[in-house]
Amino acid sequence: MPDAASSGFDVAYVARLARLELADEERARLQGQLEQILAYVDELKNVDVSGLPPMAQAIEACNVLRADEVKPGLPHDDVMANAPEHRMGQFVVPRIIE
Amino acid sequence: MDALHAFTVGEAARHVREGTVTSVQLAEALLARIAKLDPTVGAYLSVDRDDVLRQARAADARRAKGETAPLLGVPIGVKDVLNVKGQPCTCGSQILAGYRAPYDATAIQRLREAGAVILGRLNMDEFAMGSSTENSSWQPTRNPWDTARVPGGSSGGSAAAVAADLALATLGTDTGGSIRQPAALCGCVGLKPTYGRISRYGLVAYASSLDQIGPLTKDVRDAALLLNAMAGPDPMDSTTLKAPPVDFTAALGRDLRGLKLGLPREYFIDGMDPEVERAVRDAVRQCEQLGATVVPVELPQTKYAIATYYIVATAEASANLARFDGVRYGLRVAGDDPIELYERTRAKGFGPEVKRRIILGTYVLSSGYYDAYYLRAQKVRSWIRAGFDEAFRRCDALLTPTSPTPAFRFGERTDDPLQMYLSDIFTVTVNLAGICGISVPCGFTGAGLPVGLQVIGPALGEETILRVAHAYEQSTDWHKRRPPLNNNG
Repeated sequence: MPDAASSGFDVAYVARLARLELADEERARLQGQLEQILAYVDELKNVDVSGLPPMAQAIEACNVLRADEVKPGLPHDDVMANAPEHRMGQFVVPRIIE
Repeated sequence: MDALHAFTVGEAARHVREGTVTSVQLAEALLARIAKLDPTVGAYLSVDRDDVLRQARAADARRAKGETAPLLGVPIGVKDVLNVKGQPCTCGSQILAGYRAPYDATAIQRLREAGAVILGRLNMDEFAMGSSTENSSWQPTRNPWDTARVPGGSSGGSAAAVAADLALATLGTDTGGSIRQPAALCGCVGLKPTYGRISRYGLVAYASSLDQIGPLTKDVRDAALLLNAMAGPDPMDSTTLKAPPVDFTAALGRDLRGLKLGLPREYFIDGMDPEVERAVRDAVRQCEQLGATVVPVELPQTKYAIATYYIVATAEASANLARFDGVRYGLRVAGDDPIELYERTRAKGFGPEVKRRIILGTYVLSSGYYDAYYLRAQKVRSWIRAGFDEAFRRCDALLTPTSPTPAFRFGERTDDPLQMYLSDIFTVTVNLAGICGISVPCGFTGAGLPVGLQVIGPALGEETILRVAHAYEQSTDWHKRRPPLNNNG
Protein backbone atom coordinates (compact mmCIF):
# COMPACT_ATOMS: atom_id res chain seq x y z
CA MET A 1 0.00 0.00 0.00
CA PRO A 2 1.43 3.41 -0.86
CA ASP A 3 1.84 5.57 2.22
CA ALA A 4 -0.05 8.82 2.29
CA ALA A 5 2.97 11.11 2.12
CA SER A 6 4.32 9.50 -1.04
CA SER A 7 0.97 8.43 -2.50
CA GLY A 8 0.69 11.63 -4.44
CA PHE A 9 -2.76 12.23 -3.03
CA ASP A 10 -3.93 15.36 -4.82
CA VAL A 11 -7.26 16.60 -3.54
CA ALA A 12 -7.84 18.84 -6.55
CA TYR A 13 -7.47 15.94 -8.98
CA VAL A 14 -9.77 13.64 -6.95
CA ALA A 15 -12.34 16.42 -6.54
CA ARG A 16 -12.50 16.73 -10.33
CA LEU A 17 -13.14 12.98 -10.60
CA ALA A 18 -15.91 13.37 -8.00
CA ARG A 19 -17.47 16.36 -9.81
CA LEU A 20 -16.98 18.57 -6.77
CA GLU A 21 -15.89 22.19 -7.00
CA LEU A 22 -13.71 23.19 -4.02
CA ALA A 23 -12.87 26.66 -2.78
CA ASP A 24 -9.14 27.31 -2.13
CA GLU A 25 -9.31 27.15 1.66
CA GLU A 26 -11.55 24.08 1.46
CA ARG A 27 -9.00 22.38 -0.78
CA ALA A 28 -6.15 23.11 1.61
CA ARG A 29 -8.08 21.88 4.64
CA LEU A 30 -9.24 18.68 2.92
CA GLN A 31 -5.74 17.92 1.62
CA GLY A 32 -4.39 17.93 5.20
CA GLN A 33 -7.30 16.04 6.76
CA LEU A 34 -7.31 13.35 4.10
CA GLU A 35 -3.54 12.84 4.33
CA GLN A 36 -4.04 12.23 8.05
CA ILE A 37 -6.92 9.78 7.42
CA LEU A 38 -4.94 7.96 4.70
CA ALA A 39 -2.00 7.62 7.09
CA TYR A 40 -4.38 6.02 9.58
CA VAL A 41 -5.92 3.55 7.10
CA ASP A 42 -2.37 2.56 6.07
CA GLU A 43 -2.42 0.26 9.13
CA LEU A 44 -4.27 -2.22 6.90
CA LYS A 45 -0.97 -2.97 5.20
CA ASN A 46 0.00 -4.79 8.41
CA VAL A 47 -2.62 -7.45 7.72
CA ASP A 48 -1.56 -10.53 5.77
CA VAL A 49 -4.39 -10.70 3.24
CA SER A 50 -2.96 -13.51 1.14
CA GLY A 51 -5.61 -16.19 0.74
CA LEU A 52 -8.42 -13.94 1.97
CA PRO A 53 -11.24 -13.55 -0.57
CA PRO A 54 -12.50 -10.00 -1.09
CA MET A 55 -15.92 -9.53 0.54
CA ALA A 56 -18.14 -7.17 -1.42
CA GLN A 57 -21.33 -7.85 0.50
CA ALA A 58 -22.54 -9.61 3.61
CA ILE A 59 -24.91 -12.09 1.99
CA GLU A 60 -24.52 -15.07 -0.29
CA ALA A 61 -27.28 -14.18 -2.77
CA CYS A 62 -26.38 -13.48 -6.36
CA ASN A 63 -28.39 -12.99 -9.54
CA VAL A 64 -31.72 -12.54 -7.80
CA LEU A 65 -34.22 -12.47 -10.66
CA ARG A 66 -37.89 -11.73 -10.90
CA ALA A 67 -40.43 -12.68 -13.53
CA ASP A 68 -40.20 -10.46 -16.60
CA GLU A 69 -43.58 -8.81 -16.20
CA VAL A 70 -44.74 -5.28 -16.89
CA LYS A 71 -45.64 -3.52 -13.63
CA PRO A 72 -46.73 0.05 -12.99
CA GLY A 73 -43.91 2.45 -12.10
CA LEU A 74 -44.15 5.76 -10.31
CA PRO A 75 -46.53 8.27 -11.88
CA HIS A 76 -44.53 10.44 -14.27
CA ASP A 77 -45.88 13.71 -12.87
CA ASP A 78 -44.98 12.75 -9.29
CA VAL A 79 -41.39 12.14 -10.33
CA MET A 80 -41.11 15.28 -12.44
CA ALA A 81 -42.48 17.36 -9.54
CA ASN A 82 -39.02 17.10 -7.91
CA ALA A 83 -37.03 18.13 -10.98
CA PRO A 84 -35.24 21.51 -10.78
CA GLU A 85 -36.21 22.18 -14.40
CA HIS A 86 -38.34 20.15 -16.78
CA ARG A 87 -40.19 20.66 -20.04
CA MET A 88 -42.54 18.36 -21.97
CA GLY A 89 -41.90 15.50 -19.56
CA GLN A 90 -38.10 15.75 -19.89
CA PHE A 91 -35.32 16.93 -17.57
CA VAL A 92 -33.73 20.13 -18.87
CA VAL A 93 -29.90 20.37 -18.79
CA PRO A 94 -27.43 22.86 -20.31
CA ARG A 95 -26.60 22.34 -23.99
CA ILE A 96 -23.97 19.63 -24.51
CA ILE A 97 -23.44 19.81 -28.31
CA GLU A 98 -23.10 23.09 -30.18
CA MET B 1 -52.77 5.82 33.70
CA ASP B 2 -49.39 7.27 32.76
CA ALA B 3 -49.25 10.37 30.60
CA LEU B 4 -49.87 9.22 27.03
CA HIS B 5 -46.45 10.35 25.79
CA ALA B 6 -44.78 8.09 28.37
CA PHE B 7 -46.33 4.91 26.93
CA THR B 8 -44.27 2.23 25.32
CA VAL B 9 -45.42 1.01 21.90
CA GLY B 10 -46.76 -2.16 23.56
CA GLU B 11 -48.77 -0.18 26.13
CA ALA B 12 -50.17 2.23 23.56
CA ALA B 13 -51.18 -0.58 21.19
CA ARG B 14 -52.93 -2.39 24.06
CA HIS B 15 -54.83 0.75 25.11
CA VAL B 16 -55.99 1.36 21.54
CA ARG B 17 -56.98 -2.30 21.17
CA GLU B 18 -58.95 -2.22 24.43
CA GLY B 19 -60.56 1.08 23.55
CA THR B 20 -59.21 2.93 26.61
CA VAL B 21 -57.23 5.42 24.49
CA THR B 22 -57.72 6.52 20.88
CA SER B 23 -55.03 7.04 18.30
CA VAL B 24 -56.11 10.67 18.01
CA GLN B 25 -55.48 11.12 21.74
CA LEU B 26 -52.01 9.62 21.38
CA ALA B 27 -51.25 11.80 18.37
CA GLU B 28 -52.51 14.96 20.07
CA ALA B 29 -50.50 14.24 23.22
CA LEU B 30 -47.29 13.79 21.22
CA LEU B 31 -47.94 16.81 18.99
CA ALA B 32 -48.48 18.96 22.09
CA ARG B 33 -45.31 17.65 23.69
CA ILE B 34 -43.30 18.23 20.51
CA ALA B 35 -44.61 21.80 20.32
CA LYS B 36 -43.56 22.37 23.94
CA LEU B 37 -40.21 20.56 24.20
CA ASP B 38 -38.79 20.18 20.72
CA PRO B 39 -37.67 23.81 20.50
CA THR B 40 -35.17 22.74 23.21
CA VAL B 41 -34.30 19.26 21.89
CA GLY B 42 -34.36 19.88 18.13
CA ALA B 43 -35.17 16.26 17.24
CA TYR B 44 -37.69 16.96 14.47
CA LEU B 45 -37.02 18.58 11.11
CA SER B 46 -40.70 18.60 10.16
CA VAL B 47 -44.04 17.52 11.57
CA ASP B 48 -47.11 17.51 9.32
CA ARG B 49 -49.76 17.96 11.99
CA ASP B 50 -52.78 17.60 9.68
CA ASP B 51 -51.39 14.46 8.09
CA VAL B 52 -50.65 12.90 11.51
CA LEU B 53 -54.17 13.58 12.76
CA ARG B 54 -55.68 12.28 9.50
CA GLN B 55 -53.74 9.01 9.90
CA ALA B 56 -54.78 8.79 13.58
CA ARG B 57 -58.47 9.23 12.69
CA ALA B 58 -58.10 6.53 10.03
CA ALA B 59 -56.53 4.21 12.63
CA ASP B 60 -59.43 4.85 15.01
CA ALA B 61 -61.84 4.05 12.16
CA ARG B 62 -60.01 0.76 11.52
CA ARG B 63 -60.29 -0.03 15.24
CA ALA B 64 -64.02 0.81 15.20
CA LYS B 65 -64.48 -1.72 12.38
CA GLY B 66 -62.92 -4.37 14.59
CA GLU B 67 -59.40 -4.48 13.12
CA THR B 68 -56.59 -5.62 15.39
CA ALA B 69 -53.32 -4.77 13.63
CA PRO B 70 -50.36 -5.08 16.07
CA LEU B 71 -49.35 -1.39 15.98
CA LEU B 72 -52.80 0.03 15.30
CA GLY B 73 -52.89 3.73 16.12
CA VAL B 74 -49.31 3.98 17.45
CA PRO B 75 -47.38 7.11 16.31
CA ILE B 76 -43.81 6.38 15.18
CA GLY B 77 -41.20 8.97 14.13
CA VAL B 78 -38.94 8.45 11.13
CA LYS B 79 -35.34 9.42 10.35
CA ASP B 80 -35.19 11.92 7.49
CA VAL B 81 -33.46 9.38 5.21
CA LEU B 82 -36.54 7.18 4.63
CA ASN B 83 -39.08 8.04 1.96
CA VAL B 84 -42.61 8.70 3.25
CA LYS B 85 -44.96 9.54 0.41
CA GLY B 86 -45.73 13.25 0.14
CA GLN B 87 -43.35 14.23 2.96
CA PRO B 88 -39.93 15.92 2.75
CA CYS B 89 -36.86 13.67 2.73
CA THR B 90 -33.76 15.85 2.96
CA CYS B 91 -31.32 13.34 4.51
CA GLY B 92 -30.19 16.29 6.62
CA SER B 93 -28.78 17.88 3.46
CA GLN B 94 -29.31 21.16 1.65
CA ILE B 95 -28.97 19.31 -1.63
CA LEU B 96 -32.42 17.78 -1.04
CA ALA B 97 -34.12 20.95 0.20
CA GLY B 98 -37.67 20.98 -1.10
CA TYR B 99 -37.66 17.32 -2.17
CA ARG B 100 -40.91 15.44 -1.51
CA ALA B 101 -40.92 11.66 -1.55
CA PRO B 102 -43.05 10.23 -4.38
CA TYR B 103 -43.48 6.83 -2.66
CA ASP B 104 -43.31 4.99 0.68
CA ALA B 105 -40.22 2.99 1.65
CA THR B 106 -41.08 -0.69 2.19
CA ALA B 107 -40.38 -0.35 5.94
CA ILE B 108 -42.88 2.53 6.09
CA GLN B 109 -45.46 0.65 4.04
CA ARG B 110 -45.17 -2.31 6.43
CA LEU B 111 -45.53 -0.10 9.50
CA ARG B 112 -48.68 1.34 7.94
CA GLU B 113 -50.03 -2.17 7.28
CA ALA B 114 -49.35 -2.94 10.95
CA GLY B 115 -51.49 0.10 11.80
CA ALA B 116 -48.80 2.63 12.78
CA VAL B 117 -49.25 6.38 12.39
CA ILE B 118 -46.18 7.94 10.75
CA LEU B 119 -45.12 10.94 12.84
CA GLY B 120 -42.59 13.63 11.80
CA ARG B 121 -39.15 13.57 10.20
CA LEU B 122 -36.15 13.26 12.52
CA ASN B 123 -32.82 15.06 12.34
CA MET B 124 -29.62 13.27 11.37
CA ASP B 125 -26.05 13.76 10.25
CA GLU B 126 -26.09 14.66 6.56
CA PHE B 127 -26.58 11.47 4.52
CA ALA B 128 -26.09 9.51 7.76
CA MET B 129 -22.40 10.44 7.88
CA GLY B 130 -21.45 11.24 11.44
CA SER B 131 -21.62 10.25 15.08
CA SER B 132 -23.05 13.37 16.72
CA THR B 133 -25.79 14.78 14.41
CA GLU B 134 -23.61 17.93 14.25
CA ASN B 135 -23.30 17.30 10.49
CA SER B 136 -26.98 18.08 9.92
CA SER B 137 -27.27 21.02 7.52
CA TRP B 138 -30.35 22.21 9.35
CA GLN B 139 -30.02 22.29 13.13
CA PRO B 140 -28.31 20.74 16.14
CA THR B 141 -30.14 18.09 18.16
CA ARG B 142 -29.50 18.21 21.91
CA ASN B 143 -29.10 15.24 24.20
CA PRO B 144 -32.16 15.25 26.51
CA TRP B 145 -29.94 14.13 29.43
CA ASP B 146 -27.65 17.14 29.08
CA THR B 147 -28.50 19.73 26.46
CA ALA B 148 -24.84 20.86 26.27
CA ARG B 149 -24.03 17.47 24.76
CA VAL B 150 -24.68 15.71 21.47
CA PRO B 151 -27.23 12.90 21.13
CA GLY B 152 -24.82 10.76 19.10
CA GLY B 153 -25.44 9.99 15.46
CA SER B 154 -26.19 9.65 12.80
CA SER B 155 -29.74 8.83 14.02
CA GLY B 156 -29.47 11.52 16.73
CA GLY B 157 -32.95 12.91 16.20
CA SER B 158 -34.45 9.42 16.40
CA ALA B 159 -32.68 8.70 19.71
CA ALA B 160 -33.34 12.09 21.30
CA ALA B 161 -37.05 11.89 20.38
CA VAL B 162 -37.44 8.54 22.14
CA ALA B 163 -35.45 9.67 25.18
CA ALA B 164 -37.51 12.86 25.57
CA ASP B 165 -40.85 11.06 25.00
CA LEU B 166 -41.39 13.00 21.75
CA ALA B 167 -42.28 9.72 19.99
CA LEU B 168 -43.28 6.32 21.32
CA ALA B 169 -40.64 4.79 19.05
CA THR B 170 -38.66 5.84 15.98
CA LEU B 171 -36.87 4.39 12.98
CA GLY B 172 -33.19 4.96 12.40
CA THR B 173 -30.58 3.53 10.05
CA ASP B 174 -27.26 1.97 10.97
CA THR B 175 -24.27 1.80 8.61
CA GLY B 176 -21.49 1.80 11.22
CA GLY B 177 -23.36 2.24 14.50
CA SER B 178 -25.83 4.99 13.68
CA ILE B 179 -28.71 3.36 15.58
CA ARG B 180 -26.82 1.74 18.47
CA GLN B 181 -24.42 4.59 19.35
CA PRO B 182 -27.10 7.34 19.66
CA ALA B 183 -29.36 4.86 21.52
CA ALA B 184 -26.52 4.34 24.02
CA LEU B 185 -25.81 8.07 24.36
CA CYS B 186 -29.52 8.90 24.86
CA GLY B 187 -30.43 5.95 27.12
CA CYS B 188 -32.80 4.07 24.84
CA VAL B 189 -32.84 0.73 23.04
CA GLY B 190 -31.48 0.56 19.47
CA LEU B 191 -31.50 -2.53 17.24
CA LYS B 192 -29.38 -3.02 14.10
CA PRO B 193 -30.86 -6.11 12.46
CA THR B 194 -28.94 -8.58 10.33
CA TYR B 195 -28.08 -7.23 6.88
CA GLY B 196 -31.03 -8.11 4.64
CA ARG B 197 -33.56 -8.55 7.45
CA ILE B 198 -35.44 -5.36 6.54
CA SER B 199 -35.86 -4.09 2.99
CA ARG B 200 -33.80 -1.01 2.11
CA TYR B 201 -36.19 0.01 -0.67
CA GLY B 202 -36.93 3.69 -0.10
CA LEU B 203 -33.91 4.23 2.14
CA VAL B 204 -31.58 6.79 0.57
CA ALA B 205 -28.35 4.80 0.28
CA TYR B 206 -25.11 5.76 2.04
CA ALA B 207 -23.14 2.48 1.88
CA SER B 208 -25.35 -0.17 0.35
CA SER B 209 -23.51 -3.24 1.64
CA LEU B 210 -23.63 -1.92 5.23
CA ASP B 211 -26.89 0.08 5.58
CA GLN B 212 -29.74 -1.40 7.58
CA ILE B 213 -32.97 0.08 8.98
CA GLY B 214 -33.91 -0.57 12.60
CA PRO B 215 -35.99 0.64 15.55
CA LEU B 216 -35.10 2.92 18.49
CA THR B 217 -37.43 2.23 21.38
CA LYS B 218 -38.05 2.63 25.10
CA ASP B 219 -37.69 -1.07 25.83
CA VAL B 220 -36.59 -4.31 24.20
CA ARG B 221 -40.11 -5.67 23.68
CA ASP B 222 -40.96 -2.62 21.55
CA ALA B 223 -37.88 -3.27 19.39
CA ALA B 224 -39.15 -6.82 18.80
CA LEU B 225 -42.64 -5.50 17.95
CA LEU B 226 -41.27 -3.10 15.34
CA LEU B 227 -38.96 -5.76 13.90
CA ASN B 228 -41.98 -8.08 13.58
CA ALA B 229 -43.75 -5.44 11.51
CA MET B 230 -40.82 -4.61 9.18
CA ALA B 231 -38.80 -7.83 8.68
CA GLY B 232 -39.09 -10.11 5.70
CA PRO B 233 -38.22 -10.48 2.04
CA ASP B 234 -39.20 -7.75 -0.42
CA PRO B 235 -39.24 -8.08 -4.21
CA MET B 236 -38.11 -4.43 -4.35
CA ASP B 237 -34.80 -5.22 -2.58
CA SER B 238 -32.88 -8.19 -3.96
CA THR B 239 -30.60 -8.21 -0.89
CA THR B 240 -33.41 -9.06 1.54
CA LEU B 241 -33.04 -12.46 3.20
CA LYS B 242 -35.57 -15.18 2.59
CA ALA B 243 -35.79 -16.07 6.29
CA PRO B 244 -39.29 -17.19 7.25
CA PRO B 245 -41.31 -14.75 9.39
CA VAL B 246 -40.97 -15.27 13.13
CA ASP B 247 -42.56 -13.61 16.15
CA PHE B 248 -39.54 -11.95 17.75
CA THR B 249 -41.45 -11.39 21.00
CA ALA B 250 -41.71 -15.17 21.49
CA ALA B 251 -38.09 -15.40 22.68
CA LEU B 252 -38.61 -12.74 25.36
CA GLY B 253 -39.25 -13.49 29.01
CA ARG B 254 -36.83 -16.39 29.38
CA ASP B 255 -33.81 -16.23 31.67
CA LEU B 256 -30.29 -16.76 30.38
CA ARG B 257 -29.67 -20.32 31.58
CA GLY B 258 -27.96 -22.42 28.96
CA LEU B 259 -26.61 -19.39 27.05
CA LYS B 260 -22.90 -18.78 26.54
CA LEU B 261 -21.97 -15.12 26.23
CA GLY B 262 -18.58 -14.11 24.88
CA LEU B 263 -16.56 -11.19 26.21
CA PRO B 264 -14.11 -10.00 23.51
CA ARG B 265 -11.12 -8.49 25.26
CA GLU B 266 -10.40 -6.20 22.29
CA TYR B 267 -13.60 -4.30 23.17
CA PHE B 268 -12.24 -3.18 26.53
CA ILE B 269 -9.49 -0.85 25.38
CA ASP B 270 -7.10 1.65 26.90
CA GLY B 271 -8.59 5.10 26.79
CA MET B 272 -12.19 4.07 27.20
CA ASP B 273 -14.17 5.94 29.81
CA PRO B 274 -13.75 4.18 33.20
CA GLU B 275 -17.39 4.79 34.14
CA VAL B 276 -18.51 3.17 30.88
CA GLU B 277 -16.25 0.20 31.53
CA ARG B 278 -17.56 -0.18 35.09
CA ALA B 279 -21.23 -0.06 33.99
CA VAL B 280 -20.64 -2.63 31.24
CA ARG B 281 -18.69 -4.99 33.52
CA ASP B 282 -21.51 -4.74 36.10
CA ALA B 283 -23.98 -5.64 33.35
CA VAL B 284 -21.88 -8.66 32.38
CA ARG B 285 -21.98 -9.87 36.00
CA GLN B 286 -25.73 -9.32 36.06
CA CYS B 287 -26.09 -11.54 32.98
CA GLU B 288 -24.13 -14.25 34.81
CA GLN B 289 -26.52 -13.98 37.73
CA LEU B 290 -29.38 -14.45 35.28
CA GLY B 291 -27.90 -17.82 34.35
CA ALA B 292 -25.55 -17.10 31.44
CA THR B 293 -22.05 -18.52 31.25
CA VAL B 294 -19.54 -15.82 30.29
CA VAL B 295 -16.49 -16.92 28.30
CA PRO B 296 -13.53 -14.86 27.05
CA VAL B 297 -13.20 -14.64 23.25
CA GLU B 298 -10.68 -13.00 20.98
CA LEU B 299 -11.40 -10.78 17.99
CA PRO B 300 -7.92 -9.64 16.93
CA GLN B 301 -9.40 -8.08 13.78
CA THR B 302 -11.07 -5.33 15.83
CA LYS B 303 -8.16 -2.87 15.63
CA TYR B 304 -8.46 -2.80 11.82
CA ALA B 305 -12.22 -2.26 11.74
CA ILE B 306 -12.32 1.54 11.57
CA ALA B 307 -9.79 1.69 8.73
CA THR B 308 -11.66 -1.02 6.82
CA TYR B 309 -14.98 0.70 7.40
CA TYR B 310 -13.81 4.11 6.20
CA ILE B 311 -12.54 2.63 2.95
CA VAL B 312 -15.52 0.37 2.20
CA ALA B 313 -18.19 2.86 3.32
CA THR B 314 -16.73 5.91 1.58
CA ALA B 315 -16.12 3.97 -1.64
CA GLU B 316 -19.78 2.96 -1.74
CA ALA B 317 -20.87 6.46 -0.73
CA SER B 318 -18.90 8.09 -3.53
CA ALA B 319 -20.83 5.95 -6.01
CA ASN B 320 -24.23 6.29 -4.32
CA LEU B 321 -24.00 10.07 -3.95
CA ALA B 322 -23.10 10.55 -7.62
CA ARG B 323 -26.86 10.72 -8.26
CA PHE B 324 -27.07 14.12 -6.57
CA ASP B 325 -26.06 16.20 -9.54
CA GLY B 326 -28.81 18.81 -9.89
CA VAL B 327 -30.55 17.12 -12.81
CA ARG B 328 -33.45 14.98 -11.57
CA TYR B 329 -34.17 16.27 -8.06
CA GLY B 330 -33.00 18.63 -5.38
CA LEU B 331 -30.80 21.68 -5.60
CA ARG B 332 -29.45 22.96 -8.90
CA VAL B 333 -26.77 25.62 -9.31
CA ALA B 334 -26.55 26.81 -12.91
CA GLY B 335 -23.43 26.15 -15.01
CA ASP B 336 -22.44 26.77 -18.62
CA ASP B 337 -22.18 23.05 -19.32
CA PRO B 338 -23.40 19.93 -17.50
CA ILE B 339 -20.04 19.28 -15.78
CA GLU B 340 -19.95 22.79 -14.35
CA LEU B 341 -23.58 22.40 -13.26
CA TYR B 342 -22.74 19.15 -11.40
CA GLU B 343 -19.62 20.60 -9.78
CA ARG B 344 -21.30 23.77 -8.57
CA THR B 345 -24.48 22.01 -7.41
CA ARG B 346 -22.50 19.51 -5.37
CA ALA B 347 -20.18 22.20 -4.00
CA LYS B 348 -23.11 24.18 -2.65
CA GLY B 349 -25.39 21.29 -1.70
CA PHE B 350 -23.06 19.02 0.29
CA GLY B 351 -21.58 19.82 3.70
CA PRO B 352 -17.93 19.31 4.75
CA GLU B 353 -18.17 15.73 6.06
CA VAL B 354 -20.01 14.51 2.97
CA LYS B 355 -17.39 16.12 0.73
CA ARG B 356 -14.60 14.56 2.80
CA ARG B 357 -16.09 11.09 2.42
CA ILE B 358 -16.88 11.46 -1.29
CA ILE B 359 -13.27 12.47 -1.94
CA LEU B 360 -11.84 9.65 0.19
CA GLY B 361 -14.17 7.15 -1.49
CA THR B 362 -13.35 8.40 -4.97
CA TYR B 363 -9.64 8.20 -4.22
CA VAL B 364 -9.66 4.61 -2.89
CA LEU B 365 -11.53 3.48 -6.01
CA SER B 366 -9.40 5.45 -8.44
CA SER B 367 -7.04 3.95 -10.96
CA GLY B 368 -3.75 2.99 -9.35
CA TYR B 369 -5.09 2.94 -5.79
CA TYR B 370 -8.02 0.47 -6.03
CA ASP B 371 -5.94 -2.63 -5.17
CA ALA B 372 -3.96 -0.94 -2.40
CA TYR B 373 -6.99 0.45 -0.61
CA TYR B 374 -10.39 -0.86 -1.70
CA LEU B 375 -9.51 -4.44 -2.62
CA ARG B 376 -7.31 -4.82 0.46
CA ALA B 377 -10.11 -3.48 2.70
CA GLN B 378 -12.54 -5.98 1.18
CA LYS B 379 -10.13 -8.79 2.07
CA VAL B 380 -9.73 -7.52 5.63
CA ARG B 381 -13.53 -7.37 5.75
CA SER B 382 -13.78 -11.09 5.05
CA TRP B 383 -11.21 -11.69 7.84
CA ILE B 384 -13.41 -9.65 10.21
CA ARG B 385 -16.39 -11.79 9.24
CA ALA B 386 -14.33 -14.96 9.78
CA GLY B 387 -13.38 -13.71 13.25
CA PHE B 388 -17.04 -13.46 14.24
CA ASP B 389 -17.80 -16.88 12.71
CA GLU B 390 -15.05 -18.31 14.89
CA ALA B 391 -16.31 -16.50 18.00
CA PHE B 392 -19.90 -17.70 17.46
CA ARG B 393 -18.69 -21.30 17.38
CA ARG B 394 -17.79 -20.80 21.03
CA CYS B 395 -20.67 -18.64 22.26
CA ASP B 396 -24.26 -17.61 21.45
CA ALA B 397 -23.78 -13.85 21.63
CA LEU B 398 -21.16 -11.24 22.58
CA LEU B 399 -21.34 -8.56 25.27
CA THR B 400 -19.48 -5.28 24.67
CA PRO B 401 -19.79 -1.58 25.38
CA THR B 402 -21.75 0.20 22.62
CA SER B 403 -19.58 3.33 22.71
CA PRO B 404 -16.22 3.93 24.42
CA THR B 405 -17.53 7.17 25.98
CA PRO B 406 -20.81 8.70 27.10
CA ALA B 407 -22.27 11.69 25.21
CA PHE B 408 -19.66 14.32 24.40
CA ARG B 409 -19.97 18.11 24.19
CA PHE B 410 -20.85 20.02 21.04
CA GLY B 411 -17.75 20.89 19.06
CA GLU B 412 -15.53 18.51 21.05
CA ARG B 413 -14.67 16.31 18.05
CA THR B 414 -15.68 18.38 15.03
CA ASP B 415 -12.17 19.63 14.25
CA ASP B 416 -10.70 16.14 14.24
CA PRO B 417 -12.52 13.81 11.81
CA LEU B 418 -10.45 10.81 12.87
CA GLN B 419 -11.35 11.27 16.54
CA MET B 420 -15.04 11.39 15.54
CA TYR B 421 -14.65 8.21 13.46
CA LEU B 422 -13.25 6.38 16.48
CA SER B 423 -16.64 6.90 18.24
CA ASP B 424 -17.83 3.93 16.18
CA ILE B 425 -15.02 1.56 17.13
CA PHE B 426 -17.30 -0.98 18.88
CA THR B 427 -20.14 -0.88 16.36
CA VAL B 428 -18.69 -0.85 12.81
CA THR B 429 -17.54 -4.48 12.97
CA VAL B 430 -21.16 -5.64 13.16
CA ASN B 431 -22.02 -3.86 9.90
CA LEU B 432 -18.88 -5.09 8.13
CA ALA B 433 -19.76 -8.68 9.08
CA GLY B 434 -23.46 -8.20 8.22
CA ILE B 435 -24.56 -9.55 11.62
CA CYS B 436 -26.93 -8.07 14.25
CA GLY B 437 -26.50 -5.98 17.40
CA ILE B 438 -28.60 -4.22 19.98
CA SER B 439 -27.79 -1.49 22.51
CA VAL B 440 -29.65 -1.53 25.81
CA PRO B 441 -29.27 0.96 28.71
CA CYS B 442 -26.91 -0.40 31.40
CA GLY B 443 -26.36 2.48 33.79
CA PHE B 444 -25.36 6.10 34.17
CA THR B 445 -22.16 8.00 34.77
CA GLY B 446 -21.74 10.11 37.89
CA ALA B 447 -22.79 13.12 35.82
CA GLY B 448 -26.05 11.39 34.89
CA LEU B 449 -25.20 10.39 31.32
CA PRO B 450 -26.56 7.07 30.01
CA VAL B 451 -24.32 4.12 29.15
CA GLY B 452 -25.21 1.36 26.67
CA LEU B 453 -24.48 -2.38 26.68
CA GLN B 454 -24.17 -3.91 23.22
CA VAL B 455 -25.28 -7.49 22.60
CA ILE B 456 -23.95 -8.83 19.28
CA GLY B 457 -25.39 -11.91 17.60
CA PRO B 458 -24.63 -13.92 14.47
CA ALA B 459 -26.53 -13.44 11.19
CA LEU B 460 -30.23 -14.03 11.85
CA GLY B 461 -29.48 -14.18 15.60
CA GLU B 462 -32.02 -11.50 16.55
CA GLU B 463 -34.03 -13.84 18.76
CA THR B 464 -30.95 -14.52 20.88
CA ILE B 465 -29.83 -10.90 21.28
CA LEU B 466 -33.38 -9.75 22.00
CA ARG B 467 -33.69 -12.48 24.64
CA VAL B 468 -30.39 -11.47 26.31
CA ALA B 469 -31.14 -7.73 26.13
CA HIS B 470 -34.67 -8.26 27.47
CA ALA B 471 -33.64 -10.50 30.36
CA TYR B 472 -30.96 -7.99 31.37
CA GLU B 473 -33.25 -4.98 30.94
CA GLN B 474 -36.04 -6.52 33.01
CA SER B 475 -33.63 -7.19 35.87
CA THR B 476 -32.77 -3.46 36.07
CA ASP B 477 -34.71 -0.20 36.00
CA TRP B 478 -32.29 1.79 33.82
CA HIS B 479 -34.78 1.85 30.94
CA LYS B 480 -37.47 3.40 33.14
CA ARG B 481 -35.43 6.51 34.02
CA ARG B 482 -36.34 9.69 32.21
CA PRO B 483 -34.18 12.78 31.60
CA PRO B 484 -34.76 15.83 33.83
CA LEU B 485 -36.13 17.67 30.80
CA ASN B 486 -39.28 15.59 31.10
CA ASN B 487 -40.19 16.94 34.52
CA ASN B 488 -41.43 20.08 32.81
CA GLY B 489 -43.62 18.04 30.47
